[in-house]
Amino acid sequence: MNMKSKIMDASAIERAIRRIAHEIVEQNKGLENIYLVGIRSRGVPLAKRLADYLRQIENTEVPVGIIDITLYRDDLSTISHQPVLKGSEIGFDIENANIILIDDVLYTGRTVRAAFDALLDFGRPHKIQLCVLIDRGHRELPIKANYVGKNVPTAQDEIIKVSLAETDGEDSVKIFIRADVEA
Amino acid sequence: MQSKFNLLGRNLFDLDDYSTDEIVAILEATQVMKQINLRDYKKLPTLKGKTVCTLFFENSTRTRMSFELAASRMSADVVSFSAETSALAKGESLQDTVYTLNAMGIDLYIVRHSCPGSPQLVHKHSSKPVINAGDGRHAHPTQALLDIFSIWERLGSLKGLRIAIVGDVTHSRVVRSNLIGMKKLGAEVVVCGPRTLVPGYLPEIYGCEVEYDLKTALKNADVVMGLRMQIERQREGLFPGLDEYTRHYVLSKETIRWAKKDALIMHPGPMNRGIEILPEIADSEQSLILKQVANGVNVRMAILFLMLGGKA
Repeated sequence: MNMKSKIMDASAIERAIRRIAHEIVEQNKGLENIYLVGIRSRGVPLAKRLADYLRQIENTEVPVGIIDITLYRDDLSTISHQPVLKGSEIGFDIENANIILIDDVLYTGRTVRAAFDALLDFGRPHKIQLCVLIDRGHRELPIKANYVGKNVPTAQDEIIKVSLAETDGEDSVKIFIRADVEA
Repeated sequence: MQSKFNLLGRNLFDLDDYSTDEIVAILEATQVMKQINLRDYKKLPTLKGKTVCTLFFENSTRTRMSFELAASRMSADVVSFSAETSALAKGESLQDTVYTLNAMGIDLYIVRHSCPGSPQLVHKHSSKPVINAGDGRHAHPTQALLDIFSIWERLGSLKGLRIAIVGDVTHSRVVRSNLIGMKKLGAEVVVCGPRTLVPGYLPEIYGCEVEYDLKTALKNADVVMGLRMQIERQREGLFPGLDEYTRHYVLSKETIRWAKKDALIMHPGPMNRGIEILPEIADSEQSLILKQVANGVNVRMAILFLMLGGKA
């Protein structure tokens, strides 16, 4: 597979998450009523790491939930493979909660749209904020992240691959050209 | 994440078309649907825009309702066809019925018919995926899947379990599908009932055991499943009388003691209380009977998602 460039390594990822943790505390004036929800699959380890930093900073345990958007996707009728269904695990009442939704890459915005729908079926949170490690542009829906690890301007034919130790064995963010990935 | 299995556009005629891994994939998807059905808000948008038709040529309330509820919860549109009230009563052939429904844009058919092979015929004429909701004595795969799921979620696995199925085995499509599925998941199955209601050829085909004595059949059983005595069949002379059946084969507090302590009790319903099973057992802590009904919706949602939730 032909990699175009590596844009983040393990320490860059860690620094970004740590900085976001500080931003969360600052913008919310603490962690009162804050709940993290990671979007499957790579939003989940990111949410857990964020919770670790928040504990270090504020000495507060922030609950972490998991949302699976498979059943809420708008592209099910166009994809030819079958996605794996793992389910959501929201172990807290989201009614009136301040939710911070976490994903690895923000691209068209469709995943986030699906995550909103999936989350709102559990109840009516007070507020939802969005946190992503990478914002690569090319939005197809009017969605904006509140917390961004790194803005990466990309071309449409490029693919951003976020690897995390928990799911992929290493921490890195790389750019590939689409043709190379498919080959 | 991409699955190793693709059930999109497949038919579900019986479980013999499905590998062990595929059955496990269905059970895992069922677990997710179960969580959805435990929420206050039970609706999913997944199958918005798809149309499902229940095509029933034989009476059934619970199976049809279970399918219709499952399809509605997934946001599919559901239309129902009943043989008695349709053009079929006016002499229309099955083939023309299917052509007509197909012209209305049905995406998937759920078929029940007293004649084995009818679901295949519906698929042949419609070219759409078909779920068999019971065809004669042949198969009832979604019932088997919900039975298997009910055991699987309670005990974690079917591997090495001993499952006793008691009653009118000859006329039961539930048993045939269960024998295939349970075997694939590594369970040992013994079927039990009067000689006239338990075909001797079953071990050869399904690798199960046959036992005519209830006490022997229940020995070491982890799960005991009663079947409905089809009372209407007594006229065929296959058993002398219902009380005689009850005397030898009823599942009661007394007889269930022959199985393992805390053995799970199952029944596909509808039950003849007092004939094949006593209320003291049907309504006991060990009974999974109402869980089976709830899991029927869960399993059917999972199957509809897997067969229809994507490009076929």
